[in-house]
Parts: sequence; C-alpha cells; structure tokens
Amino acid sequence: MCATCGCDSGNNEHHHHNENHDHNHDHSHEKKLIDVEKDVLYQNNLLAEKNRGYFEAKNILALNLVSSPGSGKTSLLEKTLVDLKNELLFAVIEGDQQTTNDADRIHATGTKVTQINTGKGCHLDSHMILHALQGMKPSENSVLFIENVGNLVCPAMFDLGEKERVVIISVTEGDDKPLKYPDMFYSSTLCIINKIDLLPYVPFSLDKVKENAKKINPHLEIMELSCTSGQGLQTWYNWLKSKVFIEETV
Amino acid sequence: MHELSIVMSIVNIAEQQALDANASTIDEIELDIGTLCGIEMDALEFAWKQGIKKTILEHATKKINRIEAKAKCLDCNAEFNIQHYYDACPVCGEHFITILKGKELRIKSLIVS
Repeated sequence: MCATCGCDSGNNEHHHHNENHDHNHDHSHEKKLIDVEKDVLYQNNLLAEKNRGYFEAKNILALNLVSSPGSGKTSLLEKTLVDLKNELLFAVIEGDQQTTNDADRIHATGTKVTQINTGKGCHLDSHMILHALQGMKPSENSVLFIENVGNLVCPAMFDLGEKERVVIISVTEGDDKPLKYPDMFYSSTLCIINKIDLLPYVPFSLDKVKENAKKINPHLEIMELSCTSGQGLQTWYNWLKSKVFIEETV
Repeated sequence: MHELSIVMSIVNIAEQQALDANASTIDEIELDIGTLCGIEMDALEFAWKQGIKKTILEHATKKINRIEAKAKCLDCNAEFNIQHYYDACPVCGEHFITILKGKELRIKSLIVS
C-alpha cells in the first residue's frame, strides 16, 4: 500500500466501487441527514497540496503545460531543454493516453523523464503525479515540466500541485480559442502563442487572440514565439529564469 | 469526458460518508454545481447513469442546486450575474472582473438510512 496516499500502488482497483460493504453491527434504519459540504475534487486537491509541499521543500519549480494536441508542447520542451541545459536543471513528466513517443523525444535530450499513460483518461490528476514523483525523484532546485494530455477541456479542473499553469496555443488554431475553452485560459497564469513563423500563411490575428484571452483572464501573461525560427524564445527563457530566481530568494 | 472522474469522486465520498454514519443505503444526494465550474450537465447525467451502477448511489435520488455565477468588477466594484467568463461589467464595460460565485462543485448533503 502506498503510505502517502493510502492507495494500492500500481493497482487501479483501489476504489472498491463494486464491493458490497457488509456491516456486522446493528444500525438503525431511520433516515438521517448528513451535511457533507465537501468539494467533489477534495481528494485531488489534497494530493495536489501534498505535491506542492514536496515541490516547495525541494525548491522545484513545477509547471503544468496544457494545450490542444499538436500545439507544439513537446517541441518547445525539446528546444528549451537543449538551449538551457547548462543553466538550469530539468525533469519532465509526460502525459499521453498511449505510447512513450514524447518521453523518448525528451529522453533524447538527456533529461530525466517519466511517461504517464492515462489509457482512456483525458487528463492527468495529482495522484498520478504523486506516484510519478516517487519513481523519478526530481533533483532539488530543478524545473519540472509536466506535459499534460493534449486537451483544453478536462485538465483545467485538476490541480496537480504546480506553481504555474502554462497554456500553449499555436497560430494554426483559431484566434477565438480562449473564448471556446475559457476554463483553461481562466486557470492559467501564462499563455504562449507558438508557431508565429506561420503567421503570414494563416488567418490568425495576434491582437484578437490576446484580446480574447484577456477578456477571460485579465491577469494572464502572454508571450509569442516560434520553436522553428527561434523568435521570442529568449522571452520565454527569461520568464523561466525569473521564476527560478524568485524561488531561490524566498 | 472528465465528468466520469467527477462521478467516481462523488461515489467515493458518498461511500465513505455512509460508512462513517453506519448507513447501508443513501436515499438522496444533494449537489451544489456552479454554472462556471466546468461541468457539462448533459455529460454529467450520462456519466452519472454509468458511474453509480452497483454502488451505494445506485438508487439514490439526485438533487442538483445550480448556482448562478456572480462577479465583481475590480474597476468600479459593481456586482452582477455572469453567464460566461468573458462577460464585461455591465456598468463600466471593463473585463477586469473577479468571480465571486459559480465555481462550486460540492456534495452538499446526503440522506442515509
């Protein structure tokens, strides 16, 4: 049994939905009202707080990267891991329904990586992250990228214990995406607009997407870049370093 | 379809609560669901039917309180109801708003026996 969260580690049957609970004791059959007043996601939120405490104790900057499939999350990571490998220490958790393709790509950069396959699941949750951390043991003072399942809907509701949530969209998607998937843009702190080298070829307005994103979340930071041309990458790297620097001075 | 995970979480909490109260059945479950909490009600209904099978909630009546979303304008302090995150302040037209209500997703109460 997992001592941290009480689950049977590696066994998905630990929720016991189909068991009949036999009660050997007598109990009355009068109706009783229980004031539960409990958040449905409290179990996820509790484990997310445990993860957050772990990150804080080890001074790990944990970032939850969310986007639609194909926005360039893994490419951005590959580029970042290679360009900053002499300046920052990295670890990566990859979330996908199937395959270890993304983990293989990250592994090729020489970075510590763990793949989580969610099977039919549409999002990562804090429980999966907790077990991934137990296995990979990221180094102190490192930056941990958690690449969520490509999905702009479901991962929005699940806190993983991250410090910042980074939503990535590419210019080949519509500039109304923030309005269509508001939960994700509302819950993120940074928005990266990727593939700006393709702007001349697509009907995508940078002004409009920024305006839409700010309507959903006035506090959202926005930056634009291209992994292919390298344009704007320095802004992203500076943002990352500024976050690490703040962590260290606290 | 994260609604199925949500139903599973509800089942887990309900089972634990019933166990703690020495109850063998749940007659009614009351949920508070805000209009901005990220739950699609049709998807929840669909997931509910599947998710409660052979659980303690299988025969429970489900009562849902929809909580209308309310926001406050950070510029002019007006409070107003909103339907979407992107709604502007009806008084000054700004989007610099903070959400006061409507993100709820909780089990309010159970009636057990």
